[in-house]
Amino acid sequence: MSSLGYVTPQTMHFAEPLPLQSGAQLRDYMLMYETYGTLNADKSNAVLVCHALNASHHVAGEYEGKPKSTGWWDNMVGPGKSLDTDKFFVIGINNLGSCFGSTGPMHTNPATGKPYGATFPVVTVEDWVSAQARLADRLGITQFAAVMGGSLGGMQALAWSIMYPDRLRHCVVIASTAKLSAQNIAFNDVARQAILSDPDYRGGDFYEYGVVPKNGLRVARMVGHITYLSDDDMAEKFGRKLRAVADDIAATGTYKFDFGVDFEIESYLRYQGDKFSEYFDANTYLLITKALDYFDPARHHGGDLSKTLAATRAKFFLASFTTDWRFSPERSQEIVKALIDNRRQVTYAEIDAPHGHDAFLLEDPRYLNLVRAYYDRVWNDINAVKEAA
Amino acid sequence: MNFDDLSAARPDLAFIAHWVPPNAHVLDVGCGDGVMMDYLQSDKRCSGYGIEIADDKVLASTRRGVQVVQQDMENGLALFGDNSFDTVLCLSSLQMMKHVEALLRDIVRVGKEVIVSFPNFAYWPHRVALLRGRMPVSKSLPYEWHDTPNLRCATINDFRDLAHDCGVEVIDCVALAEGKRVDFLPNLRGDLAVFRLRKKA
Repeated sequence: MSSLGYVTPQTMHFAEPLPLQSGAQLRDYMLMYETYGTLNADKSNAVLVCHALNASHHVAGEYEGKPKSTGWWDNMVGPGKSLDTDKFFVIGINNLGSCFGSTGPMHTNPATGKPYGATFPVVTVEDWVSAQARLADRLGITQFAAVMGGSLGGMQALAWSIMYPDRLRHCVVIASTAKLSAQNIAFNDVARQAILSDPDYRGGDFYEYGVVPKNGLRVARMVGHITYLSDDDMAEKFGRKLRAVADDIAATGTYKFDFGVDFEIESYLRYQGDKFSEYFDANTYLLITKALDYFDPARHHGGDLSKTLAATRAKFFLASFTTDWRFSPERSQEIVKALIDNRRQVTYAEIDAPHGHDAFLLEDPRYLNLVRAYYDRVWNDINAVKEAA
Repeated sequence: MNFDDLSAARPDLAFIAHWVPPNAHVLDVGCGDGVMMDYLQSDKRCSGYGIEIADDKVLASTRRGVQVVQQDMENGLALFGDNSFDTVLCLSSLQMMKHVEALLRDIVRVGKEVIVSFPNFAYWPHRVALLRGRMPVSKSLPYEWHDTPNLRCATINDFRDLAHDCGVEVIDCVALAEGKRVDFLPNLRGDLAVFRLRKKA
């Protein structure tokens, strides 16, 4: 049971069109969000938590009547936790294009009366941030105590610091990057090709046909999942172990000599892929990987990240994990260097953890204690501002 | 943290703090638990960063409100631009480095002024220990030979030579004993060597 107890998602409707970076616009949309803790009188204790690829607004807590519905960052966010909901008012917002409630490809396009499908406009990290800012406006939050995220969520936090420098006091960027590498884009494209080449994708209109491109989604997830783990972690967890054929008979040393599942790692990846294909939307996967690929704020400054981050005003906390090869420590160091060039306040931790990219979601006291120590600073900071005022 | 707290906790740092001007932009290479940066930030309104590799010390520095960057300083200071700091501190950590000369050159590159301290191997109790045929173990060198993090042993005179070889100007050189300045026979009576350096013009 989550220490936060039961939580309830909320929705907010926006009638004003949202112009997108692509030039398209969303005429009308809805955002799904959750909040934990209490917004204080001067609205200075709000923390926005941005989600990564397959997550949502459901950051922490549980849904009533739904066991196993614990939020994706429940070990980080809650009463007495690193991001303490007894102090902070925490908001999780589901991004546009998602399949977890905010307006996305499976929703009806008001212009056609049919599901958007593949015609849902390609959205960027910056578009998401613009939408999040509108939700903050409606909640009356002019400045966040912090905007925080891991991986793709970290990109959103970074984008906030560039797009709305005065609307966040602190920017917390975990296991992220200022741009994907060629290798990263390559993995994303393999995942997209898996979906696009599944006959059940039907050009993105599979909803009408009552089918789901499950095979494509499975392969996409399998590829992704490999990149979130480290080589050592996989070797440790699975090695070359063969899968037991029945509950009580271990198939020790017996190859099956066919193309079914021999190894535990195959079984594990297929299981992950199957599970994912049952709840995730194929068009959403395409959209979100594209948003990852496109993110490169320095592109508008000739690739110079230091110039790009000159616009920032926030104080920064960054963390990376030594065995994360998808969003490696070098990528975080690039951001740290650009911030130092601008004399921004930045604290950076490189956590020696064996779990690859996934480490940012896992229980590791060194990591969670550091984030807690940083949020104590955020707390002191907002209270010092109050005293001065 | 105020000066009295610093003097009580670390008299050597209290002495060195006099050499850091108010409002300076400071890099503390090997900042440990962040006590020096904490003092400089709160009492002298300095800004800047600490570098530290050990997890527990990164946490301690973060708790103190120090902007700490976790990295192995053995890998150099590529994160920092030329002359980007008014003062670079490297206090009681240079002797733990494998590449002392390269790091010294890098420290001098990023700082307009540099303060380096290290345990003085020529401190008289150390000499006595060696005369007795033993490696010195003292307050300033508190480790047995087989588990010491100190890879390098140097005396005040030795370091002066290295500074010269690296083309670095010695502005000041002071020996401290238990945090107090020693002017008479410093290389014999000082347990800590403190150098104030800058690039030769």
